[in-house]
Formats: sequence, C-alpha cells, structure tokens
Amino acid sequence: MKQLIQELTEAYGPSGYEDAVREAIQKHVAGHVDEMRVDALGNLIALKKATPKKGVQSRKIMLAAHMDEIGVIISHVDEKGFLRFSAIGGVNPLHLLGSRVVFADGSVGVIGREHPDKPDEFPRLDKMFIDVGAVDKKHLTKKVGDVAAFTRPFVDMGQRLTAKAFDDRIGCAILIQTLHELKTTPHDVYFVFTVQEEVGLRGALTSAYGVEPDVAIAVDITLNGDTPEARPSSLTLGAGPAIKVKDRGMLAHVGVKKWMADTAERLGVPYQFEVLEGGTTDAMAIQTSRAGVAAGVLSISTRYAHSPSEMIDYGDVLNAVKLLRGLLSGSVTI
Amino acid sequence: MLKELSEARGVSGDEKAVRQIILDAIKDTVDEHRVDALGNLIALKRGKALSKAKGSGKSRRKVMVAAHMDEIGLMIVQIEKEGSLRFRPVGGIDSRVLLAKKVLIGDDKVPGVIGSKAVHLLDARQRQQVARVEEMSIDIGASGKEEAERLVKPGDYATFDTAFNELGGELRAVKGKAFDDRAGCAVLIELLKESYPFDLYAAFTVQEEVGLRGARVAAYAIAPDIAFALEGTVCDDMPRTKDISPTTTVGLGPAITVMDRSIIIDPRLVNLLVKTAEENGIPYQFKQPGMGSTDAGAIHVTREGVPSAVVAVPARYIHSPVSLLSLNDLDNEVRLMHQTLLKVNDLDLTR
Repeated sequence: MKQLIQELTEAYGPSGYEDAVREAIQKHVAGHVDEMRVDALGNLIALKKATPKKGVQSRKIMLAAHMDEIGVIISHVDEKGFLRFSAIGGVNPLHLLGSRVVFADGSVGVIGREHPDKPDEFPRLDKMFIDVGAVDKKHLTKKVGDVAAFTRPFVDMGQRLTAKAFDDRIGCAILIQTLHELKTTPHDVYFVFTVQEEVGLRGALTSAYGVEPDVAIAVDITLNGDTPEARPSSLTLGAGPAIKVKDRGMLAHVGVKKWMADTAERLGVPYQFEVLEGGTTDAMAIQTSRAGVAAGVLSISTRYAHSPSEMIDYGDVLNAVKLLRGLLSGSVTI
Repeated sequence: MLKELSEARGVSGDEKAVRQIILDAIKDTVDEHRVDALGNLIALKRGKALSKAKGSGKSRRKVMVAAHMDEIGLMIVQIEKEGSLRFRPVGGIDSRVLLAKKVLIGDDKVPGVIGSKAVHLLDARQRQQVARVEEMSIDIGASGKEEAERLVKPGDYATFDTAFNELGGELRAVKGKAFDDRAGCAVLIELLKESYPFDLYAAFTVQEEVGLRGARVAAYAIAPDIAFALEGTVCDDMPRTKDISPTTTVGLGPAITVMDRSIIIDPRLVNLLVKTAEENGIPYQFKQPGMGSTDAGAIHVTREGVPSAVVAVPARYIHSPVSLLSLNDLDNEVRLMHQTLLKVNDLDLTR
C-alpha cells in the first residue's frame, strides 16, 4: 500500500485542478467497481453494487475522501518576472518560507520574501513572491491564474510516513485499498473522490446531492496532540484511526459513531475518539445535503497538517482499511 | 439604459423598481419570463437552431447567465426623539464613505443627509478616528419625532442619491451608483437581443450583496448545464509605487475571474473566454485571484454542480455612493460574452 500512498501524495492537485490525481485514482479503481463517472465539478464517483446477504438490509453508503490539496495561485507578474500570489485553501506563510512549489507543467518555483521591516515580523503572503528563475519578464511563460502546489517527495520512515498532501490523499489511498480488499458487500457503496474540499467542501456538496446516500463516512486527516508542547488533544499517532465525535463544522451522527466503534471493538481494531476544535471535513456538507444524511468521519491523526511534510502512522492507515472493510461487510446498525 | 438602471433604487430585498425597468427592456426579446418567490426575474430565450453538437452528445444545453439587481444601501432601524434616523448597512459598506452623503429614503424618496460634525467642532483625536455606523444618523430636516414618523418608518431602505453622468474622454467614462451590478444587468439585457443555439436562461437575481441568496434558488430552479455571472467588480488601478498588481484596471477590457473567495472557475471555461477574446481581438484582463464573491459561487454548487464562470466590468469605488467605469469595457464585455455564448454549446465538458 505504501507505493499507492507515494503515488497519490506526490501527484499534483490543488483545489480546482485535481485532474492528475483523479486520473491516477481512476486507474486503481477501474475494474473493481460496477460504475464510474465524473460529475460537473470533477468529483469521481465509483459505485460497487450490493451482493444481497441474508439478514442484512442493504443501504446506500457514501465514502468520501478529497483529492485536492492546498496551493497557491499567481495574482501578478512584476516587471522582473517575480510572481505575486494568493492562497488556495489554508496556507500558513511560515510553511512557505524555504519551500518550493511546482506548477502543472512541472516547472518549479522557490518562495522569496521582501526584506522584513523588523527581524521578528510574522511573514505575510502579500509580502512574498515566487521566483521561477526567470531572467526577465519577456521569457516567462507564467501568467496570472496559474496554479502551483507544494513539491516534496514521500519518505517511508518505517512505521511513520512523511509527505505533502496526506490531507487527503491518505483518505483516497484508504478508500482504494478498501475497495481492493472488499470482495463483496451487501450495500451499494459509492466511493467518492471529491474536489475542492480545502476551499469550502464544494465537491462534497454536489456529489452528495448526486449520490443521495443513506449513510456517509468521510475519511480525512485530523490533528494530533502528541508532539512536544502540542495543543492539548488526546489524538495520538499509532493509537488507531479516530472516530469523530465533533469538529467545528459538525456533530457526527451518534448512530454512525457507535456503529463504527462497535465494529472496531468486534474486530479488535484499535481506535480513538476525536473531538476537534478547529477545522471540518466533507462530512459537514454531506450531512445537510437534501433531506439530511447520517454522516460520520474516520480520521487519521496527522502531525504538521497543511505543511509540506505532514506525518502519519502506517498502522493507523492499515487499521482504517480493516475497519472500513468490516463496516461495509455487515449490517449498518445505526 | 445604464443611466436608468444606475439611478433606479434597489437595495437587497427591495429590487422591484429595478426589476420593472429590466422587464420592460427585455419582454419583447424573450419567450417566457417569471418572477420567483424571492423576487428573481428569470427569462427564457429559446434556442433558435440546434447546433451541430460535438463531443457532449447533448443536442441543446441550458445555459444560465446571471446578473444581480440589488445594490448595497442602508436600512432605517430607529427614529430618535429629535427626529433623526438611526440606520444599519445592507451589504458591505465601508463606514468611512458614509459621512455627509445624500440619501433617499423609502418608496417616497424622502431626501436626507447622513449627519456629520463640522470640522470646526472636532478635536485633534476625533479627526484621527473613523466614525462607526452605530454613531451616525440620517437627518431629514424633521422638526421632531412625530414629523419624522409621518415620513419614514423603521425598515425603510435608503439609497445614495447619486446622478449618473458621462465624463467622456477616451475611456468613455461614466459615473453613477450601483454599477455593482447594474453594469452586469445592462450587459445581460444587450445579450438577450441576439439569438443563440441553446436555451438561454437570463436570471436577474436578488440579494447577492447579502449572501448570494437569489442566485441559489434561481439556479436550483433552472438546473443549468453551464452558467455565467456578469458583474461590476472591484478596481483599484490607482497610482502606486510598488510593483504589485491592481485587482483590475479600467479600460483594459472585461475582467475574467480565475478564482475568488466563492469559486474556482473551471479552467475549460476560462480557456474558452480567453480564446474567444483573442480570436475576436477583444481586450480582456484577469481579475486578481482571491478576492470577492459572486452569484457564481452559489450557482456552481447547485444540485450536482454547474461549471460556471465570471466576467466583470471593472468599476472603481464600488460599494460607495459613486462608482466609475468605462463604456468601452462594457461594450467589450457584451462582445466577449456574445461570441463566447455562440460557442458554449459545443464546448466539450466530458472528463
């Protein structure tokens, strides 16, 4: 599975420009599902149909993971060929200093900064620029509106993995691996790879409307509390996938939460509960789609989120797959 | 047309006067029109001929073009015992532009002025401060509360009292209020005079300035395949010392949005607009990404999603009592949108 994770995290896909990620995912999903389509906004919606199972009521289940990552977009090209930019999604200026970004055509830029008035001044995006090594403006091919993402190779550290864009390529990888391992299911399962989560859950909004599920689980990253002097949180890498109780955008459906925890207990899969003060996931948009959806979230505790070097625990990933497989194999007890 | 639209009064939630002007202007150019529950004016112009559909396999698309009728303004919230009127802004207004401005209140257009202390009376500290909307009041010259109550009631809307003027020159500059988004309304009215190879739904929307509310329900009802929002947008092409960009520049042509706070435009639609502009020699510019939001933000996430784009006329000083735009930009937006719409039915949107 590490190879799959590497491929997905290293793919280029800022919000609105997820084509390369979607093509990679399509390749892995094809042949394992009964139907596959791409909707108007670019969400990839793949259906694995139910195989009836005695004593199990078949439900329509939506699993969602977002393909997009945060990035930057050129807002101005100056006379010397330096590129001013705006953020796509929640970009922390501190993470940009010293970073490199890559454009859709593969060209690389480094981030520069105006000389600060005070040495300890907090860096601001509007005082930074991208330097693509242009000698002058004439030979520059970049223009306003071009989009770039972080570039950083995946590193397998053994138990722990580091890469850019675990948020949420790890969710995509977990969905794909679950699909590969799932021989049959008594439910109609929609594996939905969404667009534009980082800019406002936009792909989830339209795909949930299209799928109209009974039950939904978003698979996404969450934060951690296990680094030195971290913001207090019980979330720990390696303690199992996290079952969301609440975040800033939603209260997880109590029945879905219990169904997930009960299934984890039954399978002997370690898990932790998640109460997140900031941030939210696609599940928030799905929950209030049409007449309402019973929605929950399975999260992977992640260090250094939205930085070019996020870190996760490989065991949490494998256990998330195991739990999802279990959830999709039996009755939905919500 | 722009003069009539600019001088019409239509703060969010009270767009009826603007709607009537538009209805009179378009009723002979469309096949059907209706006003929905929120007040959106939705007009249908049926496609005249089936285009030679390529790629999509669809014979005829539903294309929605939206422009919002509402403008920012004020609402009277309380009448004080001396007869002055407390108010709150409707939509985003910088309180620094309010003091000493002339306004018209309610359907009877009661004239008033936003009161401000004369400079003689301000101490040094007060001169450095920005007055808050909560501290301001409108003076209608009433002798007391009773007289004021006969003329105005809480809930009445106030608009800026700004005449439309042509400043002329090479830019063919005009000034007036509410170019955001009467400029878009004017462009859409022009576009309806032409015929198209698909069903064109023109949506003149309400309540954009308070949260894209009209566009949300209009798009739900229309369920379009593709949408465009036409706007009058932020422009700050003032003299500057640093080599950073203006959001847009007056006179450089219609501004194409790539991304704002509410939408990331489908790159295929951006490319179509750019290609069309270049093929027809129409000037264009990109709006600096990242700022503002438009009806397209609500439309593109409607139902199962709608690929949507935004094209805007740059207008200086919007969300204030007076704004300024170039009629050249307006004419070029009409040309760009007309040529683009002729091609939109054949745009391949499969992935």
